[in-house]
Amino acid sequence: MTIPCRFIVNGSAVSGSFPPMRRLLDVLRGECGLTATKEGCGEGECGSCAVLLDDTLVNSCLVPIADVNGREVTTLEGLPKDDPLFAAFAATGGTQCGICTPGMIMAARALLNDCLRPDLSQTREALSGNLCRCTGYGGIYAAIRTASGQGE
Amino acid sequence: MRWYAPRKLHEALALLTERPDLIPIAGGTDIMVGRDPRACGHDYLSLANVAALRGIRETPAGVAIGALATMTEIGRHPIVCRALPALAASARATGAFAIQNRATLGGNIMNASPAADNAPVLLAYGASVSLMSVARLRHVPYENFHSGYKVTVRRPEEILGEIFVPYAPLGARHYFRKVGTRRAQAISKVGLAALLVGRPGAWERVRFGFSSVAATPILACALAATITGTARGLPDDEGLAEALGRDLAARDDIRSTAEYRRRIALNLVREALAPWRHQGGCDAGQ
Ligand SMILES: Cc1cc2nc3c(=O)[nH]c(=O)nc-3n(C[C@H](O)[C@H](O)[C@H](O)COP(=O)(O)OP(=O)(O)OC[C@H]3O[C@@H](n4cnc5c(N)ncnc54)[C@H](O)[C@@H]3O)c2cc1C
Ligand code: FES
Ligand code: FES
Repeated sequence: MTIPCRFIVNGSAVSGSFPPMRRLLDVLRGECGLTATKEGCGEGECGSCAVLLDDTLVNSCLVPIADVNGREVTTLEGLPKDDPLFAAFAATGGTQCGICTPGMIMAARALLNDCLRPDLSQTREALSGNLCRCTGYGGIYAAIRTASGQGE
Repeated sequence: MRWYAPRKLHEALALLTERPDLIPIAGGTDIMVGRDPRACGHDYLSLANVAALRGIRETPAGVAIGALATMTEIGRHPIVCRALPALAASARATGAFAIQNRATLGGNIMNASPAADNAPVLLAYGASVSLMSVARLRHVPYENFHSGYKVTVRRPEEILGEIFVPYAPLGARHYFRKVGTRRAQAISKVGLAALLVGRPGAWERVRFGFSSVAATPILACALAATITGTARGLPDDEGLAEALGRDLAARDDIRSTAEYRRRIALNLVREALAPWRHQGGCDAGQ
């Protein structure tokens, strides 16, 4: 059985009929064609599928599409092109293979929306649900410092 | 697969009375894990839109927490942070932010994992929960809620409505610590919460709640009795370990061994009692 759902993704209305337990992750990557959002673990552990749902950070692999009805989703593609996090991640080596990067940037964006100048311990806590197998995290924390105007 | 998403509590209760086989779903952070996306054998009752199950209310006697309150809401709530700091701490220790934004307190205790991080705190504070059905509303002390491994006293037609956590007396020690493989997002090997009021030889309240040391979260009654039954000072480590041995049913599993769990449990109890360990002479040697 499918159910009708209407919601907003990156400012555009989406409507369709979906199996209710279909994961938001699959709808974004499939029906919406937005492939920045990645699947790492499919179990909520790695954060590579992180998006904003009504401005709060969620793992899209754990959200049934029926729950998104009437709500607003922001993916990496929906951030402004000049979001300082993009340049900062590139400059500091905050990204290597890039698989974790969209989720990292979404988690970083959620953090900066909440707190203008996070310190290292706030940054570490906010990113503790995002795993990176390449960078060793130093470049990622530096990117967030840079993007929040605190130097590298 | 069918999906029901009522807005009114009475509609949700009526649906569940008619269809007690429906699976309630709140934040979905337990239900969505490992679910085969093609499996469609179940019908779901989404509680997410039931406004009556949301919110955190202050009452004269304690804090009433709607089953749908998320870990983020609980961990940041000013009254919870001030009056029930161990609960704020356990909420902030439940998964990472993206999990905390979705995970509900109702889901954490209904999932009934022996490792649920908020369970020890609810035991230590002496919380109670309300179970609602079309026919009636009943209140169950949380210490009687888990009846076996992943089994609770909830009946299939019931919804968990509210968790009531009474305030602790002034001057109480509120303790919570979770020991896991890493600080964030790890399932605990041992979790302990304690509420301690009074002093050695004159205790008013001694409650220890544990996770991950038995088939369910447990209230450590033998430990409390040993501590309150000691006329002067605190029991020595041997006495504490002996009492813990009666409370704990620790086992070896993929996350740890029974031996490690017993050792850590004792260390956590010692840490919870730390403010009194050098009073009354019993620990003079340390
Ligand atoms: C990556 C990850 C990390 C995690 N880390 C932790 C952790 O550190 N500590 C921890 O304790 N847990 C952890 N969890 C488990 C989970 O997030 C929590 O148990 C959470 O509180 C579950 O709440 P939920 O609303 O998402 O539950 P759901 O998945 O919606 O439901 C869980 C169960 O409760 C039932 N249910 C929910 N609400 C009600 C209700 N009101 N009435 C009746 N039944 C109900 C459901 O039918 C289901 O059986 C983690 C999970 C993931 C995926
Ligand atoms: S894919 Fe969603 S958290 Fe890993
Ligand atoms: S850059 Fe490769 S996983 Fe983070």
